[in-house]
Amino acid sequence: MLGFVNILLGGIAYGFVLFLMAGGLSITLGLMGFANMAHAALAMVGGYTAALLIGKAGWPFFAAVVMAGLTAAATGAILERLLFRRLYQASELEQVLLTIGVVYVAIAAATYLAGPEQMAIGVPAWLDGNLSLGPVDLNRYRLFLIVSGLVLLLSLVRLIEHTTFGAKIRAAVFNRRMTASCGIDVDKLYALAFALGSALAGIGGALSVNLLGLDPNFPIKFLTELLIVVSVGGLGSLRGTFLAAMLFGVIDVVGKYLLPEIGAFIIYATALALLTMRPQGLVGRPR
Amino acid sequence: MSDITLDLARMMVVRRARWTPLEIAFWLAAAAGYFLFPAKLVLLTQMLIGGLFAMSLDLLLGYGGIPSFGHAAFFGLGAYAAGLLAVHGWGEPLSGVLFGGLAAGGLGLAFSSVIAKVRGAAVLMVTLCIGLLLFEAASRMPWLTGGDTGLQGIDMWPLLGQFEFDLYGRTAFWYAYVVAFLLYLASRRYIHSPEGLALKGMRENHDRIPMLGVSTARRKMIAFTISATIAGMAGALLAQTTQIVALETLSFERSVAALIMLIVGGIGTLIGGFIGAAAFIWARDVLSALNPVYWMFWLGLILIALVLTARGGLVGALAVVADHLARRGPPR
Repeated sequence: MLGFVNILLGGIAYGFVLFLMAGGLSITLGLMGFANMAHAALAMVGGYTAALLIGKAGWPFFAAVVMAGLTAAATGAILERLLFRRLYQASELEQVLLTIGVVYVAIAAATYLAGPEQMAIGVPAWLDGNLSLGPVDLNRYRLFLIVSGLVLLLSLVRLIEHTTFGAKIRAAVFNRRMTASCGIDVDKLYALAFALGSALAGIGGALSVNLLGLDPNFPIKFLTELLIVVSVGGLGSLRGTFLAAMLFGVIDVVGKYLLPEIGAFIIYATALALLTMRPQGLVGRPR
Repeated sequence: MSDITLDLARMMVVRRARWTPLEIAFWLAAAAGYFLFPAKLVLLTQMLIGGLFAMSLDLLLGYGGIPSFGHAAFFGLGAYAAGLLAVHGWGEPLSGVLFGGLAAGGLGLAFSSVIAKVRGAAVLMVTLCIGLLLFEAASRMPWLTGGDTGLQGIDMWPLLGQFEFDLYGRTAFWYAYVVAFLLYLASRRYIHSPEGLALKGMRENHDRIPMLGVSTARRKMIAFTISATIAGMAGALLAQTTQIVALETLSFERSVAALIMLIVGGIGTLIGGFIGAAAFIWARDVLSALNPVYWMFWLGLILIALVLTARGGLVGALAVVADHLARRGPPR
C-alpha cells in the first residue's frame, strides 16, 4: 500500500514535469494556434544551458534555472522573428514542417556542441534525499517539482485570464485585424507571448533533467508526449493541459509499474481513445 | 448547375486526365535507370517504394487536404503483414502485397470515421497517436515482430512462379516498378473520377461541398482507406524486396520523411511524390555517407528553406522551366 502511494506520487510528480514543459506549448500551440513542434527543442536549450552552467561553470542551481529560462526565451524570440512569424497565417502542416526542420537542426547542433552522451545536473543539498511525513518518505526533488508546477499553473491561469496581457492575446487570436485596429501592436504581442512560452519550456526543461535525462534526442523523444498532453487537454485551455498532464503522468508511471512489458503502449492507447471520443479535448472549446 | 458549367467541368476532367510530359518522363527515366545504374538497383527500388508511399499520402493531403502525421503506421503495418505471411510459410509475392494492403486498409477503415469527423490540428494528433501506438505495439511484441532486431527470415517464392529474387535486385526492381506503376494508374483513375473531384472540392471549400449534397465524411473515409491501403502495399513491397522489416518502418521519422518527399516533389500532383522520393533518397544516400549528424542538420535546413520558399516543389519548378521553354518555342 505504502509502495503504491509512492508510485502514485511519482506519477503525480511526472505529471507536473509534463505540465512544466507543456505549459508553454499550451500558450503557443493551444492559444495562439501555432503548431510548434520545436517546443521540446526549446526545452532542450534550457536543459543544456542549466546542465552546462552548473556542471562546467559552477553556477548555483536556481541561477542556472533562471538563466535557462532566459536563454530559451531569447532563442524562441529569435526564431519567432526570423521564421515563425511568417507562418502564423499558414496551414498547420506548413508550421509543422518548418518547426520539425528547426528540431532536426537543433538535434544536430546539440550533438555537435555537447556530444551524444546523457547529461546530468547536480541538485542543491536541500533538494536531495527524502522528506519523512509520518509513514511516507517523499522524494524532496519531486515535491519541489510539484510545488513549482502548482505555482506555474496558478500564475499562468492568472496571467491569461485575469490580466490585460492575457485579454489582448485572446483578442488577437480571436480576431487579429480587429485587435490591431484597437491600437494593439499584435506583432509585439505575439513575439512576447512566444518568448513567454519559450521561457516556460526552458525552465521546464532545466527542472526536468534529473527526472527525464537529457541527450540530443530529447526534442523528438518528448515532443510527442507534450503534443498529446496539450491536444488531449483541449487546445486553448490551460486547465485542460494541466488535467491531461496529471492523467498521463499517473497512467504512465502506474502503468509502467504494473505492466512494465507494455511500456508506453497504455498512454498512447488512452490518448487515442480520448481523442477519438473528444476530438476537441477534455476541456476544449470547439474551434 | 447550368449545362454550360457541367460541360466545362467535364472538359476540365478530360484535360486533367491527360498525361503530362513530366509523368511520362519520370516513368521512362525510372525504367532507364535500370540500364544506366545497374549497381544502384537497391537504391532505385527504394526510390520507387518511397515514391509509392509518398503518393499514398498525396492522395490524402494533396487532394483531400487531410494531413497525416503518422502515415508510417500503414506503411509499417503492410510491411509487417507481408513479412509475417512469408515468415509463416506463404512466400508468394503478389498475394503478400495484397495481404499487406488489406491489413493496412483495414486499419485505415477502422480509423477513417474519426479522421472524417475532426479537422485541423486534431487530425494531426489522431494520426500521430495511431503511428505511435503501432510503433510501441511492434516494439513490445518481439515474439511476433522481432522487436529491435527486426523481422527476419522472410523467404520469397519466385515471382509468378518464374522469376527468382536475385542478389542484384533485378527482379525486385521490375517487381517494384510494375506494382508502383499499376498503383499509380489506379490512383490517377481515382483522382480524376467524380469521387476524386469531390475530394478536391472539399480541399478547396470544405463548407460548400455538403450543400451540393455530397457527404464529406464518406468521401474522406474512402480517401483515407484507399491511401492507407496503398501505403500498406508500399510497405509490403519493401518487406519483400529487402527481406527484412525493421522497426523503423513504423517510426515517426518515416512519417515525416514521407511529408518531406511530398513537399520536395510537389503536393497534389501524384508524380510529385515519386520525384520527391527520388530526390530525398538520393540526397540521404549521399549526405548520410558523409556523417549522419550532418545529414540531420542539412535535412532540417532544407525543410525550413522549402517551407519558406518553394511553392509547388520540384514539379512546380520543372513546370515553370518547361513553360518557359515552350513559350520561347523551338529554334528554327
